[in-house]
Amino acid sequence: MCLAIPGKIIEITDEENNLAKVDVGGVRRNINISMLEDVSVGDYVLIHVGFAMSKIDEQQALESLKLLQEMAEYMDEVEQFKNSIT
Amino acid sequence: MKFIDEYRQHDLVHKLASEIRRLAAKPLKIMEICGGHTHTIFKYGIEDLLPSNVQMIHGPGCPVCVIPLGRVDDSISIALRKEVIFTTFGDMMRVPGSKTSLLKAKAEGADVRMVYSPLDALKIAKQNPSKEVVFLGIGFETTTPSTSLTILQAAKDEIKNFSVFCNHILVVPPLKALLDSSDLELDGFIGPGHVSTIIGTKPYEFIPAEYGKPLVVSGFEPVDMMQSIYMVVKQLAEGRREVENQYGRVVSREGNKKALEAIATVFELREHFEWRGLGSIPYSALKLKSNYVDFDAEQKFAVPGLKVQDPKACQCGEILKGIKKPWECKIFGTACTPETPIGSCMVSSEGACAAYYNFGRLSKVAL
Amino acid sequence: MSKEFKQNPKKKYTVKDEFINLAHGSGGKAMHELIEGLFLDYLQSPLLKALEDQAVFELSGKTGTSRLAFTTDSYVVSPIIFPGGDIGKLAVAGTVNDLAMSGAKPLYLSVGFILEEGFPIKDLKQILASMRDTATEAGVEIVTGDTKVVQRGGVDKIFINTSGIGIINHNLKLSASRACVGDKVILSGTMGDHGTTILIARGELELESEIQSDVAPLWSLVEKILECSSEIHVMRDPTRGGVATTLNEIACSSNVCIQIKEALLPIREEVKGACEILGLDPLYIGNEGKLIAIVGANQAELLVRQMQQHPLGSQACIIGEVIESPQGMVVMKTAFGGTRIVDMLVGEQLPRIC
Repeated sequence: MCLAIPGKIIEITDEENNLAKVDVGGVRRNINISMLEDVSVGDYVLIHVGFAMSKIDEQQALESLKLLQEMAEYMDEVEQFKNSIT
Repeated sequence: MKFIDEYRQHDLVHKLASEIRRLAAKPLKIMEICGGHTHTIFKYGIEDLLPSNVQMIHGPGCPVCVIPLGRVDDSISIALRKEVIFTTFGDMMRVPGSKTSLLKAKAEGADVRMVYSPLDALKIAKQNPSKEVVFLGIGFETTTPSTSLTILQAAKDEIKNFSVFCNHILVVPPLKALLDSSDLELDGFIGPGHVSTIIGTKPYEFIPAEYGKPLVVSGFEPVDMMQSIYMVVKQLAEGRREVENQYGRVVSREGNKKALEAIATVFELREHFEWRGLGSIPYSALKLKSNYVDFDAEQKFAVPGLKVQDPKACQCGEILKGIKKPWECKIFGTACTPETPIGSCMVSSEGACAAYYNFGRLSKVAL
Repeated sequence: MSKEFKQNPKKKYTVKDEFINLAHGSGGKAMHELIEGLFLDYLQSPLLKALEDQAVFELSGKTGTSRLAFTTDSYVVSPIIFPGGDIGKLAVAGTVNDLAMSGAKPLYLSVGFILEEGFPIKDLKQILASMRDTATEAGVEIVTGDTKVVQRGGVDKIFINTSGIGIINHNLKLSASRACVGDKVILSGTMGDHGTTILIARGELELESEIQSDVAPLWSLVEKILECSSEIHVMRDPTRGGVATTLNEIACSSNVCIQIKEALLPIREEVKGACEILGLDPLYIGNEGKLIAIVGANQAELLVRQMQQHPLGSQACIIGEVIESPQGMVVMKTAFGGTRIVDMLVGEQLPRIC
């Protein structure tokens, strides 16, 4: 359920009413950021029905992707090793 | 696009599929609870990449699919009122009630407008002070806080002509009902990613603890799903049973405190709520608290409130519980298609039947 | 896991609705139901029944025989002025393109205006200027017309109908029914630009972007295609209902399967972004300056290179091929090697939250 997509905050448009402008692949929209604390320009957030629901933890994302990529490389090496001994 | 493209890398998906093949020693049935995950599975052909002994069972996490006919009829009855501008997400426009749909009611003159956000509905209310604007609130906990915050904004701005017809539901009660049901034998779960940004992963901890099944909260891109399935299979292979979080970039154990507070301020639990295909489930849905009665469309407008039986031929109940597959339903693809949906699973683009019809309808040989 | 492909028998459409709804105009299944299940019951010309985008026939007289194409289209777009064009440009380019898809050189257009009481003359001037400029670009003359004015509310500002006639100077038979197994499917450029522009320009969804409509008259590109290739079997412009719907129409008409590859589909970043936000599939979003060409395999690569030399074909590419089965269907190889069905658009594509 729940189509939510990542977008980048490019402007805090109305601090009193908790509105910020977000960019998704070049398309921009104002969204409500009242569910989040300390939103800054440059943050990536998850957007659903005109609200930001969560900040995207870039560090966590990078680390977990890195782990996956390392796993993939390890598998490639194992495959190469197997092929070299058969 | 950032945070999307990285999770669509083929190489990673295929490597994860190999690992799943290596680890899955026996037949496994894994349920993806959320309709968004069902959509991903069919859109990217994920099942094609899994070994034949790992079967994905499609769960009831489709808030459009589970709204009973009677509630759809109630929505339409409000929409048909001359003084009402009825606003809704696009998903609900084509859902058939017992006689008609919101889209058809619009064709016949009802002022039905599609909105992207409940805040857009509030804006329409401000722009049309002489009309009553009603917003159809549907969705699990992902969407509920947005409705809450909109109601709080309406209260702050003293808007008198805005109300919500609330059909917000919770994800844990039907899950528990499924686990308690004797029909089903599942080995593990893929947990809903976006609901979990709000409620956290804590609410699922009873599943491994009391039922001994692993659950991995998953993102929605192909790499996310494949990794989550891999994590479930790995738990099973290693004899572990826990809640794991694959979607850590947006989901935490505690969830979103501000969102949960907003929900608790505006809404309270209904004693009972009818779920299409699953019957009545206690404390599974929300209604507005009495101090927000001015924003409660059910109080403002008299609705028929009838319980309407699902068509006899409809086998959505069994499909939503994962007992039957879409192509095993007798009316799938014949009487029941996306243009002429009979049951709830065909109605929403995320329902198992609609997803299968739209993406996967190349007939399968039995596994 | 092995799969069997099921045959898809050609559907017999019937109209079950009592009232017209928006889905009947969206280019998808509902519209086909209306046309094939209702209109054809009353209007029974064999030329009409072929359901091509234009009627092709011969006119013989004392001076010889000419093969002509004749078409009509009505334009009701809202908003009437949008990034990249307006209803006037659309009204000329759209009809020019329907003629061009049969390989006919567009010659003459008629225009019918239905104007709402209160419509600003200033806007009418802008629209007429666009029509003049687009007609010049396309090499057509607008030679006859009609104007009606209705009371406020009778139409939404301005509706335009254009009909067009063109001459066919080649011997190719271009038709949706002529796709052959082995043919390649070429798309002349990025998908969904026009539809996305209109969706954003309507303002209801409060999205902003720089994307522009791709509306353009395609005859000069088609002329180039006809010069380069003798093995063109089908040409169609994927307007309402998008690339998916048009390919389905061809697959049905030719009784073949069209297999496209997701990784090859050209799409702009902004269209992708808008579709992600709204939960839409760009395969179903309309274009107004693109064409699909289905051509014999051995000429495809060369043709693409030639098209890329033309400003309207600079991003032309092969997106798939014609295979034997499942007949009458379109399938797509996903970027992960899985296969999924690409069905015709059902109703209107609606933004979703789920």
